[in-house]
Amino acid sequence: MKFRRAIAAAAFAVASSALLAGEIPPGARRSGYSFMGPETRAMQDDDTSNPGMLFVLDGQALWMKKSGSADKACADCHGDARSSMKGVAARYPAFDRTQGRPVTLDQRINLCRAGHQQATPLPYESHDLLALSAFVAHQSREVPITAGDDPQLKPFVEQGRDFFNQREGQLNLSCANCHEDNFDKRLAGAPITQGQLTGYPLYRLEWQTLGSLERRLRSCMTGVRAQAYDYGAPELVALELYLMSRARGLPMETPAVRP
Amino acid sequence: MPYRIVGDGIPESLTGSPGDAARGRALVLARSTTCILCHSGPFPETRFQGDLAPDLRDAGNRWSASQLRLRLVDASRFNPQTIMPSYYRNDDLVRVGRNFAGKPILAAAEIEDIVAFLATLRD
Ligand code: HEC
Ligand code: HEC
Repeated sequence: MKFRRAIAAAAFAVASSALLAGEIPPGARRSGYSFMGPETRAMQDDDTSNPGMLFVLDGQALWMKKSGSADKACADCHGDARSSMKGVAARYPAFDRTQGRPVTLDQRINLCRAGHQQATPLPYESHDLLALSAFVAHQSREVPITAGDDPQLKPFVEQGRDFFNQREGQLNLSCANCHEDNFDKRLAGAPITQGQLTGYPLYRLEWQTLGSLERRLRSCMTGVRAQAYDYGAPELVALELYLMSRARGLPMETPAVRP
Repeated sequence: MPYRIVGDGIPESLTGSPGDAARGRALVLARSTTCILCHSGPFPETRFQGDLAPDLRDAGNRWSASQLRLRLVDASRFNPQTIMPSYYRNDDLVRVGRNFAGKPILAAAEIEDIVAFLATLRD
């Protein structure tokens, strides 16, 4: 059936023209989970052995706890997180109209604290912010990632893609040099993954704690001896947005476990 | 940090004197030098070696000291797309971390030590 094959080929050409050179096509996208050994996988799979679940439990308690001079809990506005927060993390960073730019889930939590609870923002990488963020993102476990769909986000996704492909630092390497051109290879013995953002915040054995995506990105930047962007910097948010759009279709795993 | 390229190499030592192969071996094996992150080699005592780049075994058969020196100084001259960093360059770089700005990755003497060591990797 020559005709059918021509259609298939044409359809493929259309689908692939939307991808830039070197980008990983949807069917070939793989979570960092698939690069791990059986023991680390088992630790993630079993909630009773996944150390990230302790943060999720702390986050649940914080969700119910009244806070700030408004004396309101997250639950007072959002109710049962199991339904109200399901799928939310899978579409973050999201465009925030009042800010005119994308905000991360951590930033969204702090906007709610400032605006609705009249409470002080939680510092980046603090236990409470990680716990709340893990609790909210956990409600999206197994939900496929859709971030980046909003047309207002387009310029920010492009900006993030440019950062991803830009060589930087004294070692002069781009994110793509490792996570697109060399995944499945080993850097000093450690497997390089595609750098897909399925499981944040996640428990890293090397850190001995839960950590944010920004912590991870900053450590890759320091690794190539570049100046790491500050937590919450617009450049870092754009990079996170691009990475989430690049992970489109992969299911969320929060809290993931990684070596 | 001037140097003179002749053909596909740098024939003269960057310091004016020969390097020390034993020190070069220790440098190649030190993670902070970064070679071993990408390369493997005849280093049975080192557990975690990379596989992003060719094994360094026999490098001295394949390349002269002059070629090895240019490869370390600026590998992008051999292959503009290479991921191998240019170890003796401090310009045309983007957002270099504060602690590293304005410095090449390795000092001239370190490059000479490594060249001396790689030249001994022969069968
Ligand atoms: C020299 C290689 C290298 C470069 C360049 C690099 N990384 Fe990484 N990255 C790693 C390694 C090794 C790990 C740990 C194993 C893994 O998850 O890939 C990692 C981990 C990650 C992860 C975690 C994946 C997970 O499943 O949790 C993300 C996300 C990531 N990198 C993004 C980036 C971004 C963005 C950049 C550019 C700013 C970058 N990396 C630059 C080597 C690199
Ligand atoms: C980020 C990865 C990376 C790092 C770090 C790195 N290299 Fe390389 N190296 C490569 C790649 C890839 C090649 C293959 C040719 C090319 O792409 O330039 C290569 C090629 C070579 C070659 C030629 C090998 C052959 O047999 O053809 C030598 C010698 C060499 N590197 C030595 C070193 C030394 C010594 C260091 C550390 C001072 C080092 N490299 C650091 C990636 C790297």
